[in-house]
Amino acid sequence: MTPVLEVRDLVKRYGDTTVLDHVGLTVDEHQVVTVIGSSGSGKSTLLRCVDLLEEIDDGQILLDGVDVSDPRNDAAAAQRRMAIVFQAFNLFPHMTAAANIALAPRVVHGLPADEADARARDLLDRVGLADRADAHPDRLSGGQQQRVAIARALAVRPRLLLLDEITSALDPELVGEVLAIVRGLAADGVTILMATHEMGFARQVSDRVCFLDGGRVLESGPPARCSANPNTNGPGSSWPV
Amino acid sequence: MTPELATPELALSPLARERQAYRRSRARRSTLVALASTVVFAVAVAVGVTSAPGWPRVQDTFLDLRVGWESLPAILSGLWLNVRVLVVAEIGVLLLGLLIAVLRTLRGPVFFPLRALATGYVDLFRGVPLLIALYLIGFGLPALRLQGIPTDTAVLGTITLILIYSAYVAEVFRAGIESVHPSQRAAARSLGLTHRQSMRLVILPQAVRRVLPPLLNDFVALQKDVGLISVLGAVDAIRAAQIASARTFDFTPYVVAALLFVLLAVPTGRIADAVAARATRRQGLA
Ligand SMILES: Nc1ncnc2c1ncn2[C@@H]1O[C@H](COP(=O)(O)OP(=O)(O)OP(=O)(O)O)[C@@H](O)[C@H]1O
Ligand SMILES: [Mg+2]
Repeated sequence: MTPVLEVRDLVKRYGDTTVLDHVGLTVDEHQVVTVIGSSGSGKSTLLRCVDLLEEIDDGQILLDGVDVSDPRNDAAAAQRRMAIVFQAFNLFPHMTAAANIALAPRVVHGLPADEADARARDLLDRVGLADRADAHPDRLSGGQQQRVAIARALAVRPRLLLLDEITSALDPELVGEVLAIVRGLAADGVTILMATHEMGFARQVSDRVCFLDGGRVLESGPPARCSANPNTNGPGSSWPV
Repeated sequence: MTPELATPELALSPLARERQAYRRSRARRSTLVALASTVVFAVAVAVGVTSAPGWPRVQDTFLDLRVGWESLPAILSGLWLNVRVLVVAEIGVLLLGLLIAVLRTLRGPVFFPLRALATGYVDLFRGVPLLIALYLIGFGLPALRLQGIPTDTAVLGTITLILIYSAYVAEVFRAGIESVHPSQRAAARSLGLTHRQSMRLVILPQAVRRVLPPLLNDFVALQKDVGLISVLGAVDAIRAAQIASARTFDFTPYVVAALLFVLLAVPTGRIADAVAARATRRQGLA
């Protein structure tokens, strides 16, 4: 079976620094693959490249077997089939929680406004925020904002969900509520590629873990085998800035 | 109101009561000093002006109530022209300013010509004095005698105002657009929004909100500059005052026109203050 995502020999440079150096990985349908690495190892860059938010310098990104990194292919169409949740939420501050979620279904996927709104409220219910639908992001806690961001990503029914260290900007007591949602998504069979610092959590939900270091994948395999890897720092020891 | 005043006096400790009394007495003293100095200053100015040797002449030629009253209807109907020009100009400035700003933020070599055009526009119209632009466009354009070019002086004046003020407003908008963090654009693009959709639905709403105070400030400036279309001969408030003044050899009509312009600017000024205050409060929240 063709994997949902296949990254082949991906190279990404910023000026003289090579952030990703021939990185390869695959994500099969209904799988959760986790990228682990210290701060600055290129996890966010990798996810942004996969989501075609950055131009890559070499290699290929295949979505369902189609090379979406080829400039001759429609990048926007590929982006519509993926969704990313950012480290810093990036909600739209001038819109309510429900409007944030309904935006893409309405203007990108052409859903009528009332159906988009119904879908938004549905998803808010799913992340436990049914009563905050009409609140603006600045009236929500960090954990609540990140749950809205997850709902916003799910609203486009993505083939591949990208999660970029979605708990690293949160206070420790808010991490649990967000991870619980990801656990639920994994159980529902959503295909996920995520970056995280939460080793324990990665071990629980992942089908595969990749260690990224110095722009290369050091090791990749089922979480049980990798858990004893001495290269991994525990959560908090490499807190991102 | 300070929180201390909100609590019942009885609940306060003697220490707090003593401090409150001190604060009150100090506030009372500052108020008295400010009041006294204002009165002294006003009296000094009034005495100084009215005891000037030329004061009777000035009073006669600048503050003649009868002349002022008689010139009022003509000036008012001239002001109506100013108001109409103002409304059209404000709408035009908003649209053209926004367009130029968006053109200036386009990235990539494909858009170089458009970007260069927009930059040139801003450089040109922000640099040229309004009065000169009025003469060049107001008298130069009709002199071409091209088909379809307006000859009405009020229309030509409005066009000039739009051209000049769009250059300022475009820069205000551009500053707003660039103040929106790039991660917002990334979020919009990752959701599949096109460049135009992200601009319209995500970037611009945030940008406009942020630049509303300086934008309204530019509009206050525009509000009085609409009076300059009188140099083209359009019979607006200033031109009406000029006509009345020439007939009576009295400057009072100018004073009347000036007061009307001030009255017109006061509401906009208050709105600008309120909007700025609200923006500050919002920033405090975030
Ligand atoms: N736009 C950019 N321009 C230049 N260098 C960049 C840019 N973005 C990232 N980098 C560099 O690329 C490297 C990888 O960054 P990246 O954000 O992918 O790391 P990360 O693994 O996500 O780290 P963290 O755990 O702190 O989020 C860093 O050294 C960073 O300084
Ligand atoms: Mg990161």
